Amino acid sequence: MSEIVLEIKDLSTHFFTDRGEVPAIEQVSIRVHKGEVVGIVGESGCGKSVTSLSIMQLVPSPPGKIVSGEINFKGEDLAPASEKRMKKIRGNEISMIFQEPMTSLNPLFTIGNQMIEALRIHQKVSKKEAREKSIEMLKLVGIPRAESIIDEYPHQLSGGMRQRVMIAMSMSCNPELLIADEPTTALDVTIQAQILELMRKLNKEKDTAILLITHDLGVVADICDRVIVMYSGQVVEEGTKREVLKDPKHPYSKGLIRSIPKLHGREEKLYSIPGTVPKPKMDRIGCRFAPRCEFAFERCFKENPGLYPTGDGRSSRCFLYDKSEGDKKINAATNKEATIGG
Amino acid sequence: MEDWGDVMFAYIMRRLLMLIPVLLGMTLITFSIVHLIPGNPAQVILGETASAQAIADLEENMGLTEPYFVQYGIYLTDLLQGDLGTSLRSKSAISSEIWPYIAATFELTVFAMLFAIFIGVNAGIISAWKQNTWFDYLAMLIALIGVSMPVFWLALMEQWVFAQELGWLPAYGRQESRDPIAAITHFYVLDSLIHLDFDRTVTILKHLVLPSIALGTIPMAIIARMTRSSMLEVMKSDYIRTVRAKGSGQFLIIYKHALKNAMIPVLTVIGLQAGVLLGGAILTETIFSWPGIGRYVYEAISYRDYPVIQSGILVIAFIFVMINLIVDILYKKIDPRIKY
Ligand SMILES: Nc1ncnc2c1ncn2[C@@H]1O[C@H](COP(=O)(O)OP(=O)(O)OP(=O)(O)O)[C@@H](O)[C@H]1O
Ligand code: SF4
Ligand SMILES: [Mg+2]
Repeated sequence: MSEIVLEIKDLSTHFFTDRGEVPAIEQVSIRVHKGEVVGIVGESGCGKSVTSLSIMQLVPSPPGKIVSGEINFKGEDLAPASEKRMKKIRGNEISMIFQEPMTSLNPLFTIGNQMIEALRIHQKVSKKEAREKSIEMLKLVGIPRAESIIDEYPHQLSGGMRQRVMIAMSMSCNPELLIADEPTTALDVTIQAQILELMRKLNKEKDTAILLITHDLGVVADICDRVIVMYSGQVVEEGTKREVLKDPKHPYSKGLIRSIPKLHGREEKLYSIPGTVPKPKMDRIGCRFAPRCEFAFERCFKENPGLYPTGDGRSSRCFLYDKSEGDKKINAATNKEATIGG
Repeated sequence: MEDWGDVMFAYIMRRLLMLIPVLLGMTLITFSIVHLIPGNPAQVILGETASAQAIADLEENMGLTEPYFVQYGIYLTDLLQGDLGTSLRSKSAISSEIWPYIAATFELTVFAMLFAIFIGVNAGIISAWKQNTWFDYLAMLIALIGVSMPVFWLALMEQWVFAQELGWLPAYGRQESRDPIAAITHFYVLDSLIHLDFDRTVTILKHLVLPSIALGTIPMAIIARMTRSSMLEVMKSDYIRTVRAKGSGQFLIIYKHALKNAMIPVLTVIGLQAGVLLGGAILTETIFSWPGIGRYVYEAISYRDYPVIQSGILVIAFIFVMINLIVDILYKKIDPRIKY
């Protein structure tokens, strides 16, 4: 594998609210290589946004705070970095786009004004040069009439267009890493495909690594190289797209994948994992997924599972893969799965 | 894209057209003042002891013998020609004597408003920025005291402390009465600058301090609270997150992106407060012997000088409408989404 751009190690971010401490993410470890597209998937509330905001130190603070862990970006730990240092990183070496294209641009300034600002913060360029560069970026992301759109206000553009503007703006300083937090969720399906296509193109052309956050496995299947599955603030499984989609190890991933509507094959009722993601609390005992897990056994309610190797270089946060449990559990699970018809 | 200047011009023209019914309504009200007096207006004006001849003369003079709609027509035509009627007391044309009063009120209001906006907006911004720090608590405590303090009480306190006890600032009037300015525009600050008489500018500014603070304190407190809450709201928005994600510094975030958005609701408050301020001016002018429109009308009331009362009210209402027109134009300038 090529050079590592981002390596998050055991990152925990907690919120200190009036109702006590909320461990939004716990011991999250993620690795992104140069030019790679890594997907983070998981249900709403599992900590995807908190993870991505933590990397940029943009978690609203107070109440949020990174309590432990490292965020190594090109060999530098950003977790303890000063605001001054982060300003140099944000938008320049790591940039970010968000789920809400309709509200992510300031309504009172023109597209050009906002794009030029983004460029001039980080590069010593004249207004004119910045404007030319911005027009060039708008063309790159496929905005028609870029020369006139640049003088328009956000409300004059559609959601898809605004997201393109956001992408153009975030790519204008040639960042090493682009974090995209559900960039297509708010858009309709055809626009969604176009935006993903655009991101893949930029990834290939500019060799920008992308950390793509989504709850849509279809998106993962579309453009990701590797996938990280999160559940209730923890990483539960990680692997290449192929591995995770074709051969999920963790019971939660299995459930997620079963819930993708299949166009081919037998028509069956759309599967969904029963229950909902539990709200994060301090000092929880037992596997987070246990209340919803069809394979749960006594130990799952008494101890916290670690990450256990699954034998093929991957790992899974599930007792089924703990060697001390022996093979019987895994076999039992696989058999049960076979009878369900996964 | 259309030319910005053209868009703005068309917008202002539309707003001006929309003012016509408002202005007509105002004249209708001031016109009615005289006719809502129970009994014969001429009798009321002249008092119990007036002779029948005097009453008949005044009726004739004021056109009271004509039917209402004819009278209103005449009133409107006169107004359009800049004729505000004749003062019963001074016997001179109101239009020729009202300007110094308007200028005095305007000057006071502008300074009070500048004080209110400058202090209010900045205190609001810093309070939001340093939310839940001692500055925030102190500023909001002062704002709370500010809104709950009666204007007359504050005015009297100011006079007592800063004029009487400390002797720092004058308590009455617009200038030293023994050394009056040769007025040109009747905006004395401006006049003194035109005369290049800067010592006098200082004296005139000193006279403005206490009444401006008395008049501006309530709007200042309201603007500070509004700015703070509006800033806090805006700082949570998605586009501010985007600005931070771009790597912009705190100053750019607050004074460029957040402030402009936060000013939209604050502007509404400023427009409304301008009205409160004009109303408050009557009280403040009386306490500080400020020769403004408020005092002009106040004195007219005690002389039952109805034409002056009518015109004074009309002028105050007109100023209020104009301030709100300016606020509307500023809205449009700030917010490109505003259509109509
Ligand atoms: N400002 C906050 N204050 C307190 N708790 C918070 C705050 N923001 C997030 N959390 C907690 O962090 C957890 C993770 O939230 P996060 O926004 O990362 O979820 P997500 O995976 O991005 O979900 P979604 O798919 O809905 O965007 C939530 O359960 C929530 O309780
Ligand atoms: S540890 Fe137990 S409850 Fe958790 S996923 Fe594995 S089997 Fe299910
Ligand atoms: Mg999210």
